[in-house]
Amino acid sequence: MLQNKGFRFFSITTVCIWLGVFALLPNMALFLVSFLDRTDTSFFIPVLTLDNYLRLFAPAFIRILLKSLALACVSTLTCLILGYPFAYLLARSNRRVRPWLFLLVIIPFWTNSLVRTYAIFTILQNNGVLNTLFNRLGLVEGNFSLMYTNFSVFMGLTYTLLPFMILPLYASIEKLNLRLLEAAKDLGAGPVRSFLHVTLPLTLPGIAAGSILVFLPSLSLFYVPEILGGINYRLLGSFIQYNFSKGANWPVGAAASTVLTLLLLLMAVFYRLAGRNEREGGAAALSAPGGQTAPARVERG
Amino acid sequence: MGLERLNPAGTAPGEKQVESRGGPILEMRGVSKNYGSTIALHDVNLHVANGEFLTLLGPSGCGKTTILRLFSGFETPTRGELLLNGQVINDIVPEKRKLNTVFQNYALFPHMTVRENVAFGLRMQKRPKDEINRRVREALHMVHLENLADRRPAQLSGGQQQRVAIARAVINNPLVLLLDEPFSALDFKLRKQMQFEIKHLQRQLGITFVFVTHDQEEAFAMSDRVVVMNEGYIEQIGTPKEIYEEPESLFVARFVGEINILEGVILEVQENNSYLAEVEGVVFPLRTRREFARGEKVRVLLRPEDIKIYHAHEVSAPSRFLQGRINESVYKGATVDVSITLDNGTKIQSAEFFNEDDADISYNAGERVSVSWVAGWEVVLDHAAE
Ligand SMILES: Nc1ncnc2c1ncn2[C@@H]1O[C@H](COP(=O)(O)OP(=O)(O)OP(=O)(O)O)[C@@H](O)[C@H]1O
Ligand SMILES: [Mg+2]
Repeated sequence: MLQNKGFRFFSITTVCIWLGVFALLPNMALFLVSFLDRTDTSFFIPVLTLDNYLRLFAPAFIRILLKSLALACVSTLTCLILGYPFAYLLARSNRRVRPWLFLLVIIPFWTNSLVRTYAIFTILQNNGVLNTLFNRLGLVEGNFSLMYTNFSVFMGLTYTLLPFMILPLYASIEKLNLRLLEAAKDLGAGPVRSFLHVTLPLTLPGIAAGSILVFLPSLSLFYVPEILGGINYRLLGSFIQYNFSKGANWPVGAAASTVLTLLLLLMAVFYRLAGRNEREGGAAALSAPGGQTAPARVERG
Repeated sequence: MGLERLNPAGTAPGEKQVESRGGPILEMRGVSKNYGSTIALHDVNLHVANGEFLTLLGPSGCGKTTILRLFSGFETPTRGELLLNGQVINDIVPEKRKLNTVFQNYALFPHMTVRENVAFGLRMQKRPKDEINRRVREALHMVHLENLADRRPAQLSGGQQQRVAIARAVINNPLVLLLDEPFSALDFKLRKQMQFEIKHLQRQLGITFVFVTHDQEEAFAMSDRVVVMNEGYIEQIGTPKEIYEEPESLFVARFVGEINILEGVILEVQENNSYLAEVEGVVFPLRTRREFARGEKVRVLLRPEDIKIYHAHEVSAPSRFLQGRINESVYKGATVDVSITLDNGTKIQSAEFFNEDDADISYNAGERVSVSWVAGWEVVLDHAAE
């Protein structure tokens, strides 16, 4: 018992210190820097200013922000639409096929993500794989390139982030009690309506988790837009990266980064709202450990 | 153990009542079901009369759930026909069958309130809003859950969840309600109470119930008829009384309660279904409706409560009784359970009820006793029958 307590204290403290030093502190520093001024010779000077945030209202940055959000939305939606059926298949496949399907999701992780991004480059570029294929099929004459467009960046984001949608979806679909679907059928619901009334609401936490795991990185991944969008293609992530490197404007980068963090917090709130359904309702059916909900067990009479 | 005990006419009351309500509402004709190489059902024929409470009883894995799932449409038969109200339903999808199921662990929708759960079926039928509201109110009233309508299933006790599951099913006015071990998650007291409530509900609604359990007491307490199953076969169908008192096989006899099995040989065939037989070495008269020939080997089945024990000094002609010694005698409140070893080694279990006229039913371990049974209450089976 004592030992157990000691272990708990030790492990919790370690994690707290780790997060404090490597996450909280840098973020606070970043937050601070976002309110500081700079000169040509030093990254920041101890002069308070709101300039950095005001500069984010410039049309150029607003355009970047909107484009980033739009692209992130489209990528997330695409990942959801592609990922849901696959996750469903994965969760419902029999024991022999499942490891192979899993392998399909996991294989990409065995290759460096930069390499994979360059692979997309070779597919989409002038005279690339797609170009050649279309020529052979006689669909298109001559050369074309899909590189350095919104489409190529979208392709890169969707491809890179799809597994992060599939895995949480898989977890929540797998957890879904099949008897509930039978109950829906038994009560007269056809396939479409059992999906809408039972499957979808009960896998909402998985949808929320997957969407966040795709949406946030689509905003902040910087190498994908850089490689597939070209040197001057900017999304929120590459904007921040640019300001911390070549642009050498830490305070503005810090301000943009703070905006990103705010977006993240907003989404965390959204996730809690989506998850509340499950925590309130499904806790018992899905066997909640520990009992963070203690339902009143009131017996009649 | 004969039918004479309570009902000399020989017809069980349940049977008559059931027949008067019309033809079968649900039927299986030569149905087999294989899961890969496992044969879950062998050529099963089953009629469920309209309005009856029919129970499928049998040990784990005998195919009870399979029968329900075939009726509800979640499994398709390998061979044979399923009929609902006289129509073949093999090719009708579950959502179109006018049957509803109460699932073993209730399968309530965790993201919906009690009210929404109960309303689900009517919503799927696209009923008008006010009709749904009214019928949900009635259904909740019927199962005493009006006050909990806005709770989620996770906020209910097991018994309350059970009632929601029942309300959710019966609100659709199904032709038949299928219940798969609905009480298995409840504790003993609640189980008894729910048995009573369900039975009451079934009478009140007049809906046919097909109920699954592996608890014979539960089956007997609730059913008009019981179907005893074993390894995919139906062993016997009958009223609880018939099943208990007139088991047609050793399996049924053993499954529905404790039973003593004695070996015998027919010595003489007499009139009126009477025989003389040597049972465990002693000559006894037997009565049975089954036909036996002289010299045929039989088994004599006796319930513990039909066994009679006599102290050695109470008996004047010991050669007409089985002789043995008391192993042990256990006081059980209403009865005393006595185990006896006959001189030839056969063990006999007896349950004696306390009786004011005959207070002397205490036996000492090792005491010599004479044993017989209430004449005519024996069941005689062919020795070859399993
Ligand atoms: N989906 C399935 N796949 C393979 N075999 C199955 C399947 N469902 C049932 N079986 C087999 O069919 C037989 C009958 O099963 P069933 O579920 O009907 O038994 P049961 O009488 O309901 O038992 P229990 O009292 O344990 O619920 C068993 O041998 C079981 O292993
Ligand atoms: Mg079962």
